Amino acid sequence: MSIDANTADRVKELEVDKYKYGFVTDIEMETAPKGLNEDIIRFISAKKEEPDWLLEWRLKAYRHWLTMDEPDWAKVGYDKIDYQDLHYYAAPKNIDRPKSLDEVDPELLNTYEKLGIPLKEQELLSGVVAVDAVFDSVSVATTYKAKLTEMGVIFCSISEAVREYPELVKKYIGSVVPYSDNYFATLNSAVFTDGSFVYVPKGLRCPMELSTYFRINAENTGQFERTLIIADDGAYVSYLEGCTAPQRDENQLHAAVVELVTLDNAEIKYSTVQNWYPGDENGKGGIYNFVTKRGACRGENSKISWTQVETGSAVTWKYPSCILQGDNSIGEFYSVAITNNAQQADTGTKMIHLGKNTRSTVISKGISAGRADNTYRGLVKILPRAEGARNFTQCDSLLIGNKCGAHTVPYIESRNPSARVEHEATTSKISEDQMFYCMQRGLSSEAAVSLIVNGFCKEVMKELPMEFAVEAQKLIGISLEGSVG
Amino acid sequence: MSILSIENLHANVGETEILRGINLKIEPGEVHAVMGPNGSGKSTLSYVLAGRDGYCVTDGSVEFKDIDLLELEADERANEGVFLAFQYPVEVPGVTGMTFLREAYNSRLRYEGKEEADAMEFLKLVRSKAKDLNMSDDMLKRPVNVGFSGGEKKRNEILQMAVLEPKLAILDETDSGLDIDALKLVADGVNALRTNERSMLIITHYQRLLDYIKPDHVHVLARGQIQRSGGKELALELEANGYAGFDGKG
Ligand SMILES: Nc1ncnc2c1ncn2[C@@H]1O[C@H](COP(=O)(O)OP(=O)(O)OP(=O)(O)O)[C@@H](O)[C@H]1O
Ligand SMILES: [Mg+2]
Repeated sequence: MSIDANTADRVKELEVDKYKYGFVTDIEMETAPKGLNEDIIRFISAKKEEPDWLLEWRLKAYRHWLTMDEPDWAKVGYDKIDYQDLHYYAAPKNIDRPKSLDEVDPELLNTYEKLGIPLKEQELLSGVVAVDAVFDSVSVATTYKAKLTEMGVIFCSISEAVREYPELVKKYIGSVVPYSDNYFATLNSAVFTDGSFVYVPKGLRCPMELSTYFRINAENTGQFERTLIIADDGAYVSYLEGCTAPQRDENQLHAAVVELVTLDNAEIKYSTVQNWYPGDENGKGGIYNFVTKRGACRGENSKISWTQVETGSAVTWKYPSCILQGDNSIGEFYSVAITNNAQQADTGTKMIHLGKNTRSTVISKGISAGRADNTYRGLVKILPRAEGARNFTQCDSLLIGNKCGAHTVPYIESRNPSARVEHEATTSKISEDQMFYCMQRGLSSEAAVSLIVNGFCKEVMKELPMEFAVEAQKLIGISLEGSVG
Repeated sequence: MSILSIENLHANVGETEILRGINLKIEPGEVHAVMGPNGSGKSTLSYVLAGRDGYCVTDGSVEFKDIDLLELEADERANEGVFLAFQYPVEVPGVTGMTFLREAYNSRLRYEGKEEADAMEFLKLVRSKAKDLNMSDDMLKRPVNVGFSGGEKKRNEILQMAVLEPKLAILDETDSGLDIDALKLVADGVNALRTNERSMLIITHYQRLLDYIKPDHVHVLARGQIQRSGGKELALELEANGYAGFDGKG
């Protein structure tokens, strides 16, 4: 659905303020001692009553991680993370496997309410979105379970999936992002605590948007979720991910892994509005967001579409990717990345073309303000078998002020002469003409920037589901506050 | 009380003085035409009145209604009721005309401490305004001014003006680039917006426009000053003789 007049209207109604999700929920927590070692991993695995194969897999990842070096190729700078100074497990007490929403701590329900995500099913957006809420290390509630189960859709926390559907998990986990993939993904494989699991059965178009809200609350806690989504033959699902964290002085680490698998004729649409705490004007605090997201179009004619609006985090390192294995499969990446003040983002995508006539589209909109740095890093790789593969990439950067930076780093490798790869890039500034034109019509300078930036991002924003588009438009305005003098 | 009262206005663009002591009074309901050679400072005057950055007032005063206009930011001036139809309307990619206009309309309502307009109501309002002007609101579905023909851009400015109902409208060469039919359409639109309260400052090079929009006063701006003022007949005189005599040598 596109952003039209009405959406913009609703956006205006929503209050605009600084980081309004910066509150802390006071709740009793069960926390593992600080530090990372095999015992901690055993502890996490035991807490989750996991089968041996999974514990073994975690340990294998951990031992591999010990041999790896933290990557430094991204155009981001941050203080070294002391991995021994973090908690790897933190869970609200008394919520071991709530059977229904009634058993969930009211304080938690409150938290989600404050975030604008009511978890009482009847209050959810007229039944079109089912939500799985993750609070620190555990999933606290999944709504509309019964209805989804009836249709054969599995939508639950990954811990629950490990218990209830171990064969499915075993078959697919690590099949897209192997445990040895990269430093952060490997760490995640060792210590992941929760996340969402989705399986959509053959031939079903899931009629609801499925949504996960991640909330980091605890102090000095790394959040390592693992999400796994499988769309079986001919299935379709649209999945939304939203994130917030309290305002804290120290940096918090977030290293998630998301794996998507589409089989023949299946489609997954994955949308993210990332609004982790970005730190203050001087770059103090904020989330380090080091995420590995990858989808495999295993089946013929299958499609994976990533849409992301990245406004938060102090440092973002993220490259949602598509491996186009099935013939005629399609990968899409639509991205808006906004950095303001001292924020840094190095983001982009990888489109790996393996199958014949595979197609990919990349539309990236980077906006930098303040002293922020924004890098698009994209890889398009066409393998010899990918006869007739096509890619179109468009990277547009918008600069606000003259202390910020935008960089575009495209890598193109084509090993099939019949492939066609197009890359377009532009860099522009908000012009003084545009500002004056808007202000002459009565818009404040901040409203003018927000409007112009929203216009700049339109091609991406229109890919977002309606519910998210409103939120995202509003976020763009908020995250650019103070960017014009 | 005059709508606009400009006294001894001097303004610089960069280091150069462009306006060199302008005096002009506009009463409610009056239409004033400003004519003058290229580069004489007509657009500069409109920008100074609208509060554009980079146009630096060095002397003089401008009162709008009873407020000191020069104290206000551009958006505040707009919300007080100053509207500028641009000589070169600006493109805003990705933003539909409807969204743009609603943002503008709501900014003003907020400024006045009022509730924002309901989306449906606003749509109706725009439709009816467009109808009054004999225009289609189709262009409002497209991104503001992107790919518009010259004539469409100018028409769009008039439609915005109709919706925003300013107290003072400054039209900077709204007639340039219009074919004869479009010129009539725009002129009819402007005439439809004439009221006893609303004043207009119309910048033009052609007396032809003034056949359609009858001005109460005509001024000749040259070398940063108003050199002569008169009635409609002054425009005819200029048409016949050009700006000879105003070019700084006379
Ligand atoms: N930003 C600027 N920088 C330097 N000079 C400027 C700038 N803007 C205007 N000028 C100069 O100021 C003078 C007046 O320009 P202005 O645009 O006001 O003229 P005008 O009367 O509107 O002319 P036209 O009839 O061609 O529209 C010109 O000499 C122009 O070159
Ligand atoms: Mg001019």
